[in-house]
Amino acid sequence: MTMERRTRDHLGDGQAMKPLRIGNGCGFWGDNLDAPRELAEKGALDYLTLEYLAELTLSILALQRQRNAEAGYATDFLDVLQSLVPLLKDQPHLKIVTNAGGMNPAGCGARARAVLDQAGLKDRSVAIVAGDDLMPRLDALMAAGCLFANLDTGEPLSAVRSRVVSANAYLGARPLVDGLRQGASVIVTGRVADASLTLAPAVHELGWKWDDWDRLACGTAAGHLIECGAQATGGLWCNWREAGDLAHVGYPIAQIETDGSFLLTKPAGTGGAVNRETVSEQLLYEVGDPAAYLTPDVVADFTTIQLTERGRDVVHLANTHGKPATDSYKVSIAYRDGYGASGTLVIAGPSAVAKARRCGEIVLERLRRAGASPQHAHVEVLGAGECVPGAALVDPPEVVLRVAVRDDRRAVVERFTKELAPLVTSGPPGVTGYTTGRPVVREVFAYWPSLVPKDAVAPEVRVMSRFASKVP
Amino acid sequence: MTAEPFPLAEIAHGRSGDKGNHANIAVLAYTPAGFAWLKEHLTAEVVRRYFESLEPSRVVRYEAANLLGLNFVLYDVLAGGASRSLRTDTQGKTLALALLRMSLPRPENFAAMTRPQPEVVA
Repeated sequence: MTMERRTRDHLGDGQAMKPLRIGNGCGFWGDNLDAPRELAEKGALDYLTLEYLAELTLSILALQRQRNAEAGYATDFLDVLQSLVPLLKDQPHLKIVTNAGGMNPAGCGARARAVLDQAGLKDRSVAIVAGDDLMPRLDALMAAGCLFANLDTGEPLSAVRSRVVSANAYLGARPLVDGLRQGASVIVTGRVADASLTLAPAVHELGWKWDDWDRLACGTAAGHLIECGAQATGGLWCNWREAGDLAHVGYPIAQIETDGSFLLTKPAGTGGAVNRETVSEQLLYEVGDPAAYLTPDVVADFTTIQLTERGRDVVHLANTHGKPATDSYKVSIAYRDGYGASGTLVIAGPSAVAKARRCGEIVLERLRRAGASPQHAHVEVLGAGECVPGAALVDPPEVVLRVAVRDDRRAVVERFTKELAPLVTSGPPGVTGYTTGRPVVREVFAYWPSLVPKDAVAPEVRVMSRFASKVP
Repeated sequence: MTAEPFPLAEIAHGRSGDKGNHANIAVLAYTPAGFAWLKEHLTAEVVRRYFESLEPSRVVRYEAANLLGLNFVLYDVLAGGASRSLRTDTQGKTLALALLRMSLPRPENFAAMTRPQPEVVA
């Protein structure tokens, strides 16, 4: 049965406002395509968020857009939106917030508009949020004194400027809230801080103020917990045997109260688990100082959170404290850094580990003889404890040999891709697993984290007119 | 402090991930007694030495007592990070499991640190 949330607009006087239910159905580009539909079907949601952009996704999208001006966004989103059409008809108040726009929010928004039009959902409006892309203004900003110093090394961006392919500021929740205020049912953004995808609906629906730092921190904690999808509901959990049926894992829902406290849960009848352990693990996932989780909207303190189990698959989180946001946006910059490839072979025992190591050496020796020694090379014997350091050494019956290289010269990497197969006949006995063909050479992009003053960035919001056939 | 050592996984769970070329490892004690013991024994220096083969430039430890948690940030430990690293685990996803295998001297109140049996909810 499809559940529908009643409209939030008609509340009686003096009644406590109904809590807001936000579910995240996508944790990265590549996540389960059925999850958004299943979550919206069973989740009784007000908002569905979909997160597609990892740190370096935008560099790949930037190159796609260079080749084709209409590309450059997370195409999976259009398939997901199509799959949601019947539910959007049943649930007219369900709203969608996604960063699928990548390097081309306008193009993605136009295609989303077309999907809705074709489905007869012409009454739903789509807003795009852009302005995160600093590439067109990069030189002007640098000339004006913005060095884009690397947050790790302090080096100014001028050192790699000629190789930069993308530079995007992580925008906050404000432009998304503007879009919602203008009546948008679907918000398509470029680079936005992941937690802001959740905070924006909370600010909009619950009437929070932009200097109410504690509430903004609460919404940010909720967004941080659900942004990676099933990682909050049993995925990656150390005690995974207790996680129920992970094949049908339920995706996370934050049910947020006006005061900022919220329940973290998942749809009934789904696999996975929500408990103190799964939530605590995810709360610290990819976090530095847990007392200062920085977003464009707020500095959140996760060490003040009171976390209580409220029954099966329900955890209550309250008392997240917040401090004023900083005056900069984080900027994620990617630059070209040569070429790379990696390939694997299976090596059977006896002496699998020793043979695998010798095979790795043979590959590198042969490259040296061919005058194609890679600048960077790495041999791993998987199964012998080389992926997870600290594991006990054993004599496994078989291992996977993995050799990876990186070099500024494409030809060197090309040569490497031809050196694995010969080992099947010219190496020690037991070399097999050569079935997937030669490794593929890929372009390598390096990551350059930086900051930009907020007043140097102008977020844009545009509600796309209904029945629009193309981007205005 | 006697007897046979035990793996950290018996008194804590955790999760790890990446931040550019850095990794974080959250270690969460199952009980307050375990948290108190870990605060004393699982120092940033102990973790740095354990992962010496990955050459972290430094390790910083943060506390989240509300979660019975210690959060370690291992700087420059990912051999270039998600895109450049030549390793299989470019994002440090296995590092928490590696740390949870760490062998530690068994304290006298070890029984107060292990995971309480989970309640079976019908």
